[in-house]
Amino acid sequence: MAVDRHHWFVRLTHWVNAVALVIMIGSGLQIFNAYPMFARRGETFCCYPFAGKPIPHWATFGGWLAGARNWHFAMMWLFVLNGAAYMIFIYLHGEWRDLVPRRGDIRDAREMIKYYLFVRRRHPHQGKHNALQKGAYFALPILAALAVITGLAVWKPVSLAPLTNLMGGYVYARYWHFLVMLALVVLSVVHIFMIFTVDPYSIRSIVTGKYNPERAPELRDGRPFYHLVRRERSDADAET
Amino acid sequence: MQRRDFLTATGGITTAWLLAACGSRGPKGADKLLKYAMRKNETLERGLFRHTSMDSPSSRWRNAGTALPKYYISDTVPVWDPAVRGTWTLEVSGLVKNPLTLTMDMLQKLPRITQRVNHFCVEGWTAVETWTGCRMSDLARAAGATPDAHYVDFQSFDNDYHESWDIESAMHPQTLICYGLDGRMLEAGHGAPARLFSPVKLGYKNTKYLTKIVFMPKRNGGYWSDQGYEWYAGT
Ligand code: HEM
Repeated sequence: MAVDRHHWFVRLTHWVNAVALVIMIGSGLQIFNAYPMFARRGETFCCYPFAGKPIPHWATFGGWLAGARNWHFAMMWLFVLNGAAYMIFIYLHGEWRDLVPRRGDIRDAREMIKYYLFVRRRHPHQGKHNALQKGAYFALPILAALAVITGLAVWKPVSLAPLTNLMGGYVYARYWHFLVMLALVVLSVVHIFMIFTVDPYSIRSIVTGKYNPERAPELRDGRPFYHLVRRERSDADAET
Repeated sequence: MQRRDFLTATGGITTAWLLAACGSRGPKGADKLLKYAMRKNETLERGLFRHTSMDSPSSRWRNAGTALPKYYISDTVPVWDPAVRGTWTLEVSGLVKNPLTLTMDMLQKLPRITQRVNHFCVEGWTAVETWTGCRMSDLARAAGATPDAHYVDFQSFDNDYHESWDIESAMHPQTLICYGLDGRMLEAGHGAPARLFSPVKLGYKNTKYLTKIVFMPKRNGGYWSDQGYEWYAGT
């Protein structure tokens, strides 16, 4: 029996965000390629090992510097407005309760890690999301906000000089903006990997809203690539 | 629809869309939307702009010196040759009460400013430099720019390169007409005899090889702005 899992507003903002984020990152990398390093002219930069190496063409969007800038500065509005709409919605509608950390989440996350590393045999009990997933979903909006703030510091280093200076100047603001982007990419890649290898059934829930709770990873003892189909448990291993 | 079909379809559509987006310029039809966003951004940027917002690089940052790139659009470094072109002058005209034709001597008699500021390039690099010149606002006062002058065009002898500015940015106290760099007279590679330089605009707005400053009621684009780069290009 399928139940409702994601409100249509959450589904809509999720997919708008996915598109906006891909375009923001692709155009950002195209812009980066105009000067694929961080050092101020006449100086060196401590912390970027790939200075001078452009990002591969396939990962870029916008075609050329001006094209990418125009996409970046247009898509940022969709990204910001959509993100704000999502946050306001989950605040008013109550979904935030499934996402904010609670006491016990650290312990639960530790249990999840043990479970994924095969140290623990049975899937820990969970609410709507498991503790690791919850942590990731909580971190994503924070990272998105940081991406916007560091982006503003790079965009307006004179008009918003106090903000840019707070980040250590233009060069570092640009570096933090890049690192926040990397963190978003890593989390998103892990997110998509886990969706496809642990709970592909949930894709239905972020498209149509419906979810079959009998296929929940917790009931299947699902790990990446493991137990994608539910097996009937024998009574012998019903309890750990 | 079977669950497997559904999964395949979702994955397939997402992959196809991502592949189509790779390295792409994006759909042509989006140009209008991008232009619209650019105009809205300009309104926001002009709203944020303040004459009291100053650029002040940290004293810990080293001056770029010879590491400052030399950009121009002609095939070779544009050099003003008096034997060919006569004496260099800077013409200030348009919506002004008394149009000026300034020689280098006259330009240097205007109140002299030396400032250490950032150069923000559209490409993403910055360079700290110490510039010497006169304030654009002093020049505007000397020429008696009229209140209907909302824009200023900065023209050069570098293959007709020019960029027009909003008057507010042109009147910013850090917007200078420069003839000196790092304590020396400006060299050809950096825009000699004189150039516009301000940290409040991206590098490409700062016309080198300056010959004419025209106050205007309307903007008239610019070399890079006409090719798709932002016209406002404020920092
Ligand atoms: C092809 C790309 C993506 C796919 C297939 C995908 C799939 C999913 C699915 C199936 C869920 C629901 C999980 C569940 O019900 O347990 C979900 C939730 C979520 N996804 Fe994605 N996602 C993608 C891209 C992204 C990106 C790029 C981000 C952000 C950087 C993101 C952020 C989120 C967040 C925050 C949630 C939780 C939503 C909520 O419960 O309020 N996703 N995603």
